[in-house]
Amino acid sequence: MRHIISLLMENESGALSRVAGLFSARGYNIESLTVAPTEDATLSRMTIVTSGSEEVIEQIVKQLNKLIDVVKVLDLSEGSHIERELMLVKVRAFGKDREEMKRMADIFRGNIIDVTERTYTIEVTGPGSKLDAFIEAIDPVAILETVRTGASGIGRGERILKL
Amino acid sequence: MTGAEIMVRCLMDEGVELVFGYPGGAVLNIYDAIFKQDGFKHILVRHEQAAVHAADGYARSTGKVGVALVTSGPGLTNAVTGIATAYMDSIPLVIISGQVSTPAIGQDAFQEVDAVGITRPCVKHNFLVKDVKNLALTLKKAFYIASTGRPGPVLVDIPKDVTAHLAVYAYPETVTMRSYSAVSKGHSGQIKKAAQMLLDAERPMIYSGGGVILSNASRQLVELVRLLNHPCTNTLMGLGAYPATDRQFVGMLGMHGTYEANMAMQHCDVLLAVGARFDDRVIGSTEHFARESRRIIHIDIDPSSIAKRVKVDVPIVGDVAAVLDEMIKLIKAGQGGKNAVALAAWWTQIEAWRARDCLKFDRESAVIKPQYVVEQLWNVTQGDAYVTTDVGQHQMWAAQFYKFDQPRRWITSGGLGTMGFGLPAALGVQLAHPGKQVACVTGESSIQMCIQELSTCLQYHAPIKVVNLNNRYMGMVRQWQEFFYGNRYAESYMDSLPDFVKLAEAYGHVGMKIEHPGDVEGALREAFALKDRLVFMDFITDQTENVFPMVPNGAGISEMILAEEL
Repeated sequence: MRHIISLLMENESGALSRVAGLFSARGYNIESLTVAPTEDATLSRMTIVTSGSEEVIEQIVKQLNKLIDVVKVLDLSEGSHIERELMLVKVRAFGKDREEMKRMADIFRGNIIDVTERTYTIEVTGPGSKLDAFIEAIDPVAILETVRTGASGIGRGERILKL
Repeated sequence: MTGAEIMVRCLMDEGVELVFGYPGGAVLNIYDAIFKQDGFKHILVRHEQAAVHAADGYARSTGKVGVALVTSGPGLTNAVTGIATAYMDSIPLVIISGQVSTPAIGQDAFQEVDAVGITRPCVKHNFLVKDVKNLALTLKKAFYIASTGRPGPVLVDIPKDVTAHLAVYAYPETVTMRSYSAVSKGHSGQIKKAAQMLLDAERPMIYSGGGVILSNASRQLVELVRLLNHPCTNTLMGLGAYPATDRQFVGMLGMHGTYEANMAMQHCDVLLAVGARFDDRVIGSTEHFARESRRIIHIDIDPSSIAKRVKVDVPIVGDVAAVLDEMIKLIKAGQGGKNAVALAAWWTQIEAWRARDCLKFDRESAVIKPQYVVEQLWNVTQGDAYVTTDVGQHQMWAAQFYKFDQPRRWITSGGLGTMGFGLPAALGVQLAHPGKQVACVTGESSIQMCIQELSTCLQYHAPIKVVNLNNRYMGMVRQWQEFFYGNRYAESYMDSLPDFVKLAEAYGHVGMKIEHPGDVEGALREAFALKDRLVFMDFITDQTENVFPMVPNGAGISEMILAEEL
């Protein structure tokens, strides 16, 4: 099953490689991993999307907690939460495609953030499934380049991951 | 003070007695500072791997943190085998490695290697100290992390320029880290539940591992086992935690465990696992193990050890000694004994299994049986020696036939299975316990992997007794080839062996060659009588002897091959 795990860790060089190394050394899946410092500059927050049986997920959480640089771990999937991912898509946009691309961007509440005579760069935000749907919806031949951030997640309501 | 002086001072303030190391370019400032102090003694090994193994032997036999010091590049890479050995067995070590100067890091400088990167998967934690102002605090953290919780090795990598930079010395008394805190007490509700389960058990089994030794909980384990009148087995790492000569001890369990221990593991109705981790060499196939239903109580300080390979009914996360203390109180106050009849029947069953005498071997043999050598070693040392081993058949025979009655006497590489561990580990043990009997049980293949340490043993007057079980084969490899590879002994024969007697003499020690069973006891007595000399005893043993019982790889724990079945 797919799980989304959030963690707070010391914002120190090498901390990221400890987490990444743990996943490769123990053969756990990583679907995506995002990390950036928090409002407290000594802490980084990481979101990992992974998958595995309940036993494997339990081990992942325990092993993450065991890393000395990791301060707190929360399996967001255990409760209600929100996920967002950002994608930038560069598409061919000339001739009849130009209007079509604008229309598709609007339907998906995307923003066109860079324009040339022949291309648009479209920014789309949402859960991963929405980004997938956007890719599905446009002509694959028109896609020149895509980049996705991987999911960030946060608990709903009073569910807070903080020190 | 310079960084080097700070480092040396930190070790002194930490109470370090011995540092095992080897100098080199990146640690010259540190060695200069060591030259000028007399707070601790430096032991110059002949290879960095041995420095870490010696520190490891020191740590296992004393319970204190072992310290090793190596230079950058090859110094560090040589140390990695030692570090991984300690990591797999949860041994508290602090390894200090030199690093090239900070401006040179990343430039592929001479003797540069990414020490933090290379060791990351085999340390509890590691640090690169970039600023001399952080050096003392980092070392304090290293000792704190290494010795608390589930112990393990911690590496501190110090660039050469940091050892020359100046800072004011301040070594903190204590340290707290928001990202690390070691649990101690277990959950009271869970302990209560477990205590009742033990009192109500009809076919109980107590399975204790290295965690009992690490937690110094042998006294509590013995009290609990006797209070309950339950059978007790120790893992390879746990030998000595429960006295091997006691009636309630059913021997070691696992791949080469006793018939009675493995059968009791499989058929018990309540299993108490204490500081053990159900590893593949201990319970064999998890599917086979799960075929019999039993309720499992698991005490461990590391939550990730619980429910990793088997499902657990009552998990208790905590320090083994603290949890057992609480459990003993509850059991003393509790209502039990209503299953006295069932428990007596269980003991009858265990005695029937024990009557199979699964460790018997040919006592009439004209060639020396390795088991007999270990048995005589136990006899001659009156069960009171510290015994280190290398890895293979000799290790299993030592585990089966030397009956350890005390913890921290049995020093072996269990998790990683490192050949070459025995001799340097014995050096560390002997230096920690001057005047005590220390034996290194080894084989002709293993001993050659760190044999250069015979030189270190001479320099520091370590009167170790090397018991070389020489069958001219990598015996365990040969055994597997005999059983599972149609007797094709691919590269497992040890050709062109040195004359070990002359070799020992060349290193300045005493060498003996023993070829007849009748000479075994006498040779051992003679060797141990030479109290101030290292004696290398080369026992020429039966080439075809195998270790029994044996659970084939991947089979169930009760699916043993016994000697008489072949």
